[in-house]
Amino acid sequence: MSLVLPETLLQGRRSQPQQLIEVLHDIQELRGYIPQESMIALSKELGVPLIDVYRVASFYKAFSLVPRGEHLVTVCMGTACHVRGAAPMVHQLAGQLEVEPGGTTTDGLFTLECVNCLGACALGPIVVLDGVYHDHMTPRRLRRLIESVRRAENEGRSNV
Amino acid sequence: MDRSILEGNPHLVLEGMLIGAWAIGSEQGYIYVRNEYPLAVEHARAAVEHAREFGLLGDRILGSDLCFDVEVARGGGAFVCGESTALMASLEGKVGEPRPKDVHTVEEGLWNKPTTLNNVETWANVPLIIRNGAKWFVGKGTKGSKGTKIFALTGRVKNTGLVEVAMGTPLRTIIFDIGGGPSDGVPIKAVQTGGPSGGCLPVEKFDLPLDFDTLAEAGSMVGSGGMVVMDERTCMVDVAKYFLAFLQDESCGKCVPCRIGIDRMLEIITDITEGRGRPEQLDLLQELAETVRETSLCALGKTAPNPVLSTLHYFRQGYEAHIAQARCPAGVCRALIEYVIDEEQCKGCGSCLRACPRNAISGEKKQPHVIDPNTCERCGICVSECQFGAIVLK
Repeated sequence: MSLVLPETLLQGRRSQPQQLIEVLHDIQELRGYIPQESMIALSKELGVPLIDVYRVASFYKAFSLVPRGEHLVTVCMGTACHVRGAAPMVHQLAGQLEVEPGGTTTDGLFTLECVNCLGACALGPIVVLDGVYHDHMTPRRLRRLIESVRRAENEGRSNV
Repeated sequence: MDRSILEGNPHLVLEGMLIGAWAIGSEQGYIYVRNEYPLAVEHARAAVEHAREFGLLGDRILGSDLCFDVEVARGGGAFVCGESTALMASLEGKVGEPRPKDVHTVEEGLWNKPTTLNNVETWANVPLIIRNGAKWFVGKGTKGSKGTKIFALTGRVKNTGLVEVAMGTPLRTIIFDIGGGPSDGVPIKAVQTGGPSGGCLPVEKFDLPLDFDTLAEAGSMVGSGGMVVMDERTCMVDVAKYFLAFLQDESCGKCVPCRIGIDRMLEIITDITEGRGRPEQLDLLQELAETVRETSLCALGKTAPNPVLSTLHYFRQGYEAHIAQARCPAGVCRALIEYVIDEEQCKGCGSCLRACPRNAISGEKKQPHVIDPNTCERCGICVSECQFGAIVLK
């Protein structure tokens, strides 16, 4: 099965330009980003000019055109989280990971991402690590969370 | 609130859409869900599957002539796709840019066909109104705003979460009674309603009844139903800046007033929050805000100035303190504050030193620590770490 554009993602969607965003979502989930080859293949399969595939892929925030790190840390920057202190979370992560929002650490371990609202406003500030929601976050807990992931990764690597 | 309806009772939305389809003679419906709400997407899809299995969606529903099916589409993380024409463009697999509405979507919408678009909560109300009658629904609410509405109460209040109240309930009841008042004993200063396009209302306005017209008159809106309570630790200029930065990022860039107007407003507010503000900039800001409001193409641009106009109107003294004294009264704007360690209070425990993500704090054990103002990013993390209250604003 080709990883560029797996057949399963295309079933029932060929030559349907309106399926573009849905297929891009699936590629994003599968690969963690939208590779250039996938866009070229998708353009042919759906019958959408490549420039439009690129335009859509670069317009929507859900799609990343560059590979992401192994772990995705997402900070909710919604209003409720902002009022309750989302900015210190970003400072904590930016300082600890030495990367700015949107960036990936040099070891490829973490990508730091800021999103607008995760819709869990009563639980803010919210930080999501690899799909797991951490509510009422504090900089201290966040620091330990990142430390624990790093530790687990180091142990995993030294065991290999 | 829409997220919890889709997660908790997606069938109610489907039932509302079915009734709507029957009323207007539609055969195809779409649920457009933010991709940031994976559970809502999953539950909506499951509900559609179940409804198909039971013959409640599809061809000749329950043996009648009604044919209707629903597709669940995921958004791509663009705020502007909440705008009707942008949402429809996105459903068509295109970039979510709004178009002028000289031809309304009810005449030419999705795939250039007549389209009716309603919010999740609206659809969820339909089956209940049909079952209980219009009289039941209008039994609650005010003259122009009927029934009940769910609000997402958050921010600096004790009780946060979703609250359903009759339209016309005073803000004070929601914030102080249901919300239980301030969370940490710090006096409440304002409430921000309606999402990023809404406005901020001060405590003096808390007796206003919560309905569409009253909030709009006061310079805010019901909008998304978000209600973020802010206390004295919140800087209203920073709040305006936060919303402008958000809207600048989310503006699709198609029309000039929104693309450049928001940018310029953000520049001015950034000047103010960084101590470079000049008194005449307030008038310019007001004028720019009004121009963007009057001339933008879609609702995103038309409402984008709300946070600026409402904070300028109700919290002008906050702006003036930033400009005249280069001071942020709430101690938020990072360029105008500086943290220092009080030598008398500092025990030299090292918890701030370990906590500082920028390594801006140094000191020997059991000796008073110091913050290097050049490395310090003024994030305030050390303040929350210090058990002795030794880190203070200079």
